[in-house]
Amino acid sequence: MDVLNLAHGSFYMIGAYTAYTVVLATQNFWLALLVAPILLALLGAALEVVFFRRLYRHGHLPQVLMTFGFTLVFVDLIRSRFGPTTRAIPPPPGLGGAVHLANATFSSYSLFVLGIAIVIAALLVIGWRLTRLGVVLRAGVADKEMAGLLGIDLPRTFTFTFAFGAALAGLAGVIAAPEFAIYPGMDANVLILALVVVVIGGLGSIEGALLGAAVIGLGYVIGATFFPQFAIGLIFALMAAVLIFRPSGLLGRRS
Amino acid sequence: MIPARFRGLYRPAFLVVLALVLASIPLWAPRFWIYIATQALIFAIFAMSLDLLVGYAGLPSFGHAAFYGVGAYACALLALGHIDGLVPLLLAGMLGAGAVALPIGALSLRTSGIYFLMLTLAFAQMLWGLAVNWTSLTRGTDGLIGIPRPTLPWLDSLKVSLYERGPFFFLCLVIAIAVFVLLETVARSPFGRTLEGIRENDRRMRALGFPTFRYRLAAFVLAAMVAGIAGSLAAMSNGFATPDLLYWTVSGLALIAVVVGGSRSLVGPALGAFVVLFAQLGLSTYVDRWELLLGALFIAFVLFLPRGLAGLVRRA
Repeated sequence: MDVLNLAHGSFYMIGAYTAYTVVLATQNFWLALLVAPILLALLGAALEVVFFRRLYRHGHLPQVLMTFGFTLVFVDLIRSRFGPTTRAIPPPPGLGGAVHLANATFSSYSLFVLGIAIVIAALLVIGWRLTRLGVVLRAGVADKEMAGLLGIDLPRTFTFTFAFGAALAGLAGVIAAPEFAIYPGMDANVLILALVVVVIGGLGSIEGALLGAAVIGLGYVIGATFFPQFAIGLIFALMAAVLIFRPSGLLGRRS
Repeated sequence: MIPARFRGLYRPAFLVVLALVLASIPLWAPRFWIYIATQALIFAIFAMSLDLLVGYAGLPSFGHAAFYGVGAYACALLALGHIDGLVPLLLAGMLGAGAVALPIGALSLRTSGIYFLMLTLAFAQMLWGLAVNWTSLTRGTDGLIGIPRPTLPWLDSLKVSLYERGPFFFLCLVIAIAVFVLLETVARSPFGRTLEGIRENDRRMRALGFPTFRYRLAAFVLAAMVAGIAGSLAAMSNGFATPDLLYWTVSGLALIAVVVGGSRSLVGPALGAFVVLFAQLGLSTYVDRWELLLGALFIAFVLFLPRGLAGLVRRA
């Protein structure tokens, strides 16, 4: 969409806290997996229609500042509701154990996450490449005026896409909740990693983002295993290397 | 009506009045407010350095806090290593920040626009992570504490110490004015004009024979060095340096200060820094959920005053 949304990390955080609330109230993780994306889609759509829509023509800086304002609002709301302490929820029943596969042991929840990630990634690539919405969206980003002249209802498409992105971020938050800690500030952490991933992969390329995520994920784990204090340094080096050789990302279009 | 020939004097007259009002603060303000005004001055130096990037060079950096923090740590390490003297400590902050900015700038400037913004943000957060994790150098989240302020021989002979609020405030004011004059001179120099040309049309400037990448990098490093000065002053003022100084919200606040004040005016961002700091402080004194209100305030500003306070003046 060519919109930089710093509050995207907040959507992820809200997703995780939604999971926490739902699991605490109903003990049902699957319900959380359903509720959080719907909640965040509504929130994303509302924010897009009321606030962000006015800023598209002003360039990136106002968008960045406004969404930065929203990150402050959201993190404070979360802190006022849940306090500053770290929370955790157990993995859903049936996925708390371990699985033995080819001489190695995996937690079954990790495998479950891997499965969901693959399904969502496949759906995204198919949607981006093959569906009408994907085509419309690519056209809208490439040339707003021309797409509008061809009769495409861009405002509605953008609202839908924004809501969809927010829903995905919320879903990611729910899935991450049993695996990682839930705390106010998790939004900034995930946002930075997401930015690095997107920069490495190339803006406006779903496949690039997938590749970038794989590179960063592997880099981070390797770094954390061999020199834990400086795992972040390895990511830094990877990003520098990509930038030197391919300034617009691994799969990005050359500007 | 004031005759048109006096119009050119508005800005200088405003600046002189502003400087006099600021200089009078220690005479009438309560002690606590002198401290706050000092913090605001330091933040103003930081915001002015960011304006050189955002306003004049058109480089929207979201990682400027990195250089503020590196400056503070460099100054802190030197001061804790028993090196005394204002000039070496400020130089440490300046050169430390500049040395870090050179590689970061060289990499980030290979991109532009939204990419540049994301990259500077990512680099700054990595340095923040480094400040948290490299405990042998930075003591992690505890930070470096007990940083002494420098002693100045000629002040000592007057029996004045920088540990008093008034003198330290004046020191910050003098440095802030010096930074303002420096940045204003840079902005009006051929170098500054070239930067504006590059901001408007990079390709044309290259066709005219300007090495635009080098100009941008020079602006990036210069802005970082000024931010390093602000960081050194912050370390002296607080007496400690923690990773918080490098956190992305600090970069965000500085950008807000630039935009609230109105970019490409230097005075605007400096005033914006005062607005942001006083809003933060005023809200946090009286309301529990001040971050929420601060965020809402910023959102309202972007919605209703996209060109900042200076934009109001220019329209009138």
